[in-house]
Amino acid sequence: MAELDTSGGGKKGGKIRSKKASTRIDLTAMVDLAFLLITFFIMATTLAKPKAMDTFWPDKTKKEAQLPVPESRTMTVLLGNNSSIEWYIGAPGKSAPTIDNFGKSGIRKTFIEKNKEIEASHAGPNNFMIVLVKPSDKSTYKDFVSILDEINIAGIKSYGVVDILPVEVALLKKDGHY
Amino acid sequence: MSRIKIPRKSTAIDMTAMCDVAFLLLTFFILTAKLRQEDPLQVDTPAATTKVLFPDIDVATLTVGKGKIFFGVEGTDVRQELLDAMGKKYNQTFTPDEKKKFSTIPSFGVPMAQLKQFINLREEDRKKFVQPGIPVDTTNTSELFNWIHEARVADATLRNKSLRIAIKGDSRQEYPEVKKVIDILQKQAINKFSLITSLKDSK
Repeated sequence: MAELDTSGGGKKGGKIRSKKASTRIDLTAMVDLAFLLITFFIMATTLAKPKAMDTFWPDKTKKEAQLPVPESRTMTVLLGNNSSIEWYIGAPGKSAPTIDNFGKSGIRKTFIEKNKEIEASHAGPNNFMIVLVKPSDKSTYKDFVSILDEINIAGIKSYGVVDILPVEVALLKKDGHY
Repeated sequence: MSRIKIPRKSTAIDMTAMCDVAFLLLTFFILTAKLRQEDPLQVDTPAATTKVLFPDIDVATLTVGKGKIFFGVEGTDVRQELLDAMGKKYNQTFTPDEKKKFSTIPSFGVPMAQLKQFINLREEDRKKFVQPGIPVDTTNTSELFNWIHEARVADATLRNKSLRIAIKGDSRQEYPEVKKVIDILQKQAINKFSLITSLKDSK
């Protein structure tokens, strides 16, 4: 801070000595201010940044012939109400669907096990399992995201989201999941 | 009995180190800060294990919740260009002042007929305004379709980049509403888009 030094001008001819002031400054106010600003920035910012799950969808505008896929390699997952899942392998209606649930020992285990089974029973380079997700009108967005997440975790190479068929809605209805 | 004299100590503490720490933290928070923006439609995003960070540039967000759809695009210049294009499409003219006001709105859900009125509201009133959501139908002429399309055009002309589309859905939202949005995106040949999630620890 600016202060006039009036102590020096007493004697004539004497050496002018400036007073040695202590270099210590009281930092309390500065610390107060700094913490105030920190508090403000913590309050005003979003700490948990949202995450994004990238999804890829088939091109509907092009009418190209789709690759024929053997039924035995496709697993259809139906999403019903109250986070219920039913799945079956092959064509609808031929085998009764299995009721499953979300979680480590639920659909994730099923995905991994069935993927292994199908890879073992089919020959050739393209022997991976294909998962078709069919969300019904009663399923929620949360279930939809969860099932895509489980597919990512299980490392399923090929999956698609398809509109549900009336036959499959009937299957869900039969088990009280619609 | 004689009293024990306690030597008086100075109460001043050396604040230097504390000051250093405080400013270090302050600098960190300033640099990482991104001001929180109030969402007009509060949604509870579902949890997933993906760890990909959501970008905050060149992205349009479609918020779906409570049966309503809200739209927002990042970048004030893109928003101005977008409003201009949408005005031309729906035969509405917007003044430079209105465009400026519109460029500060992060997300909105009003039909074109109400948009002018909505922009001219004061900021406090805008929060109270009950937004009905952007009208959607399955045709190629719905307002949401045009918003998305014009936003992509605006972003491409200004930044020469392709706009990313993200869907921010509410956990409890029923699937058909989300399906509508996805259908609209697929009609524009947008086959890659992101779903915004919050982080969950993998069990």
